[in-house]
Amino acid sequence: MSQVQQAVALDAAMNQSASQFGVWHTVCALEDIWPNMGVCALVEGRQIAIFRLQDNQLYALDNYDPHSDANVLSRGIVGDLGGERVVASPIYKHHYQLRTGICVEDASISLKTYPVELRDDTVWVQV
Amino acid sequence: MMNQLTRIVIVGNGMVGHYFMQELVKRHPDLHAARLQVTVLGEEPRPAYDRVHLSSFFSGSTAEDLSLVEPGFYDRPGLELRLNARVSQIDRHQHTVTLTDNTVLPYDKLVLATGSFPFVPSVAGRDRENCFVYRTIEDLEAMTAAGKTAKSGVVVGGGLLGLECAKALKDMGLDTHVVEFAPRLMAVQVDEAGGKVLRSKIEELGVHVHTSRNTTAIVDGATARHRMVFFDDTWLETDMIVFSAGIRPRDELARESGLAIGARGGIAIDVFSRSSDHDIYAIGECASWHDEMYGLVAPGYDMARTACAHLSGETTATFQGADMSTKLKLMGVDVASVGDAHGKTHGCRSYQYTDEVRNIYKKIVVSEDGKKLLGAVLIGNADEYGTLQQMTVNAMALPENPEFLILPASDGKEKPGLGVDALPDAAVLCSCNNVSKGAIGEAVAAGNCSIGAIKSCTKAGTACGGCVPLVTQVMKAEMVKLGMTVNNHLCEHFPYSRQELYHLVRVEQIRTFDELLEKHGKGLGCDICKPTAASILASVWNDFILKKDLASLQDSNDYFLGNIQKDGSYSVVPRMPGGEVTPDGLIAIGQIAKKYNLYTKVTGGARVDMFGARVEQLPNIWEELIAAGFESGHAYGKSLRTVKSCVGSTWCRYGVDDSVGLAVQLENRYKGLRAPHKIKFGVSGCTRECAEAQGKDVGLIATENGWNLYVCGNGGMKPRHAELIASDLTKEEAIRMIDRFLMFYIRTADRLQRTSTWRDNMEGGLDYLRDVVIHDSLGLGAELEAQMQHVVDHYQDEWKTAVNDPEVRKRFRSFVNSKAEDSNIVFVNEREQIRPATVEEKKQAKVIPILATTE
Repeated sequence: MSQVQQAVALDAAMNQSASQFGVWHTVCALEDIWPNMGVCALVEGRQIAIFRLQDNQLYALDNYDPHSDANVLSRGIVGDLGGERVVASPIYKHHYQLRTGICVEDASISLKTYPVELRDDTVWVQV
Repeated sequence: MMNQLTRIVIVGNGMVGHYFMQELVKRHPDLHAARLQVTVLGEEPRPAYDRVHLSSFFSGSTAEDLSLVEPGFYDRPGLELRLNARVSQIDRHQHTVTLTDNTVLPYDKLVLATGSFPFVPSVAGRDRENCFVYRTIEDLEAMTAAGKTAKSGVVVGGGLLGLECAKALKDMGLDTHVVEFAPRLMAVQVDEAGGKVLRSKIEELGVHVHTSRNTTAIVDGATARHRMVFFDDTWLETDMIVFSAGIRPRDELARESGLAIGARGGIAIDVFSRSSDHDIYAIGECASWHDEMYGLVAPGYDMARTACAHLSGETTATFQGADMSTKLKLMGVDVASVGDAHGKTHGCRSYQYTDEVRNIYKKIVVSEDGKKLLGAVLIGNADEYGTLQQMTVNAMALPENPEFLILPASDGKEKPGLGVDALPDAAVLCSCNNVSKGAIGEAVAAGNCSIGAIKSCTKAGTACGGCVPLVTQVMKAEMVKLGMTVNNHLCEHFPYSRQELYHLVRVEQIRTFDELLEKHGKGLGCDICKPTAASILASVWNDFILKKDLASLQDSNDYFLGNIQKDGSYSVVPRMPGGEVTPDGLIAIGQIAKKYNLYTKVTGGARVDMFGARVEQLPNIWEELIAAGFESGHAYGKSLRTVKSCVGSTWCRYGVDDSVGLAVQLENRYKGLRAPHKIKFGVSGCTRECAEAQGKDVGLIATENGWNLYVCGNGGMKPRHAELIASDLTKEEAIRMIDRFLMFYIRTADRLQRTSTWRDNMEGGLDYLRDVVIHDSLGLGAELEAQMQHVVDHYQDEWKTAVNDPEVRKRFRSFVNSKAEDSNIVFVNEREQIRPATVEEKKQAKVIPILATTE
């Protein structure tokens, strides 16, 4: 497969699984995510950004930033705005609420969020 | 009126003549369409330049720097500028002017902006060699040439221009004297007590002042070129003399053609700036309004506006005299005079305050009934100038105890300021550029909320700068009115400016963001305060930025030590100090780029950028670059980027000094230095300036006598020329000054503020910056140098530290749970290299893949 073909194959897989929810997957150990940072997990062809905050609270949402068409959110800086926890996209600095996936600057855009849990120092996400 | 062609001839292309032309073009952008044909005649060899800042010529400004003419301004249709063109005669009956080369030009309207000439007292010997006047760039060039061989210099005239001229002589390293005919300095603006304070201030600076001295002859000297003999037969010997004893209007053409002349000379004008011949206007220093002549530029501009309005058929704008209030810094001494400074108004009374310890003198003159302020004199400290000038001009009511207006604030007593809200909208805050309070209000409403933005949008404070504190006050008041918050808080998590946070970090020895947040902030932080704190911590402590407690603060670029691109891939820029690279180095870069299929491009900073690296490739690429002898170029950081250089004296036949050598040394010294924004340097080996150092934050240009240091230049969206801050430095001196400059910038600038904006927002401007950096006026020099040395000593190659730390290295992968690559990063070929595929290209490719997946 060419590079382009390979890319598209993964996209296709993504679309197929979009409606299938409910399966829990292990992702990584908690220590693989440094505090106040994010990682990206590839689960069923889907890119999911998982963040660990100071209090070990975990959040999971799409890694894809629709404002830049790039898979980058796991590399954004986390923090809070008006008390609501957010991640800032590293490309054009849009903020997305970690809890809801809603874009702070453009409420019409909302990212999919995923249930995420810590079980015995292992991070699980439900996709 | 506009159907018929109107021929306008403007005699004089000085500041006022050129301003008139700008006003005319503002009204009629298309002169042709407005049926105007304009000829401007200038007798000097160059178009209009800034005579107000003429003395900056001595501190390195060039004739081009001083030029007031935008490129192409005089090239528009319907407009012709003739230089070296001197008018010899006006024929009012024929409506023509004749030039000295006998050209005859017809006019329908004539504008005389002939300015003035320096008055030279009729002293025997005044025509001797090395006797100068101070008016044109040519005069200054002649003075500079003479100054090179002279040891001493005398300025005849202790007025405003004379003292500026004395500063120039002092700066040339001459033993400098000021000889004044009147019993005190600046007799026109300043009263006796003020003159005394001013004198001791000037003498403190090492200039000898001689007042009540009438020169009777200049003859050969015994120890120097000239001997000046005074009326009482005392004498003074000197190598050069500059006459700066006042100006006289250039009204000879007007006299010869029979126009009415004022009682003390000058072309008599009415409220429309018209002379006694209504087809002839006179504006600026050559004009006399009610027998009053104005040697300042603001009234000249006002006349130009009036004349231009009238000529365009408007009769509402009139010239009604001018406020002669002035505030300036003479040899570093504040001098201000407002309104009736001498208390000539009948029945007026005054309050005075003298501080002989710090040499400060302040006086206010109030009306007989004590209700209005009439005038003021401020020497040594002119902080109250804006308040006092506005109170006088707008006839505002005085506070109950007016003396507190000039007394230093004492415990528990609030100093009565001018409530800016009391100012009418029409109040002119910047008289140089005629900017009213109302215009500032509009600018704020349009979103200009920093003094830098106000300056560039309204032009207020851009000429003499005297109004900047008042304009700032008005700006803040307007912001409050519009419900904007007037604070410089970094973000919602920290009620401090970047500068304040910097101090907190230093003073309290704070080393982590958590500690800073706990002590001084609230919440979790955000993408504003985290990178700012990271930058401050790096500037102060210079720890590895990807340490566990620092990594989460970094912007994505710093976080991955590369520059993130639109598709989420990164670019990699190895450092090439001074743009110098060996053939082996180039080959290594080429091989690495080829191996990882990276797009390569030579940058504007003279190095190679390699694009299209995936996160997981970065450590491997760095490892190979490190093995080839490269290190991080910090292209991703708010830090020193490049030191651009020309090839310099090593190879270039014009080179004066080794620019590459210095560039390499500087780049290696400051590499990795974290700052409020990126920093770029340039080093040129001669004044041809091939490295474009004057467009950089820090620029060095080699001269025969050492290095000239320029600061605060900028390319990009708003280009700004760097300004000369010190001349003829040795390499070691230059590095010390740059240490101080950079650290002072790092300490005091706002987040993401380039040096140019920082400089534009600095009260006191370049003079203040020079005082702090070069003259060490804050006594911070040693501390700033030591701090820089700390940063230099703790430099590490971030790439190397990152690849050698397994914990850090682990983070460089696209997925925490898979070795796959990001499928959204897709490249196509263009001009034999890769580029990111567009969204359309990726979509199109999607048609094929279904087939591909079924394979």
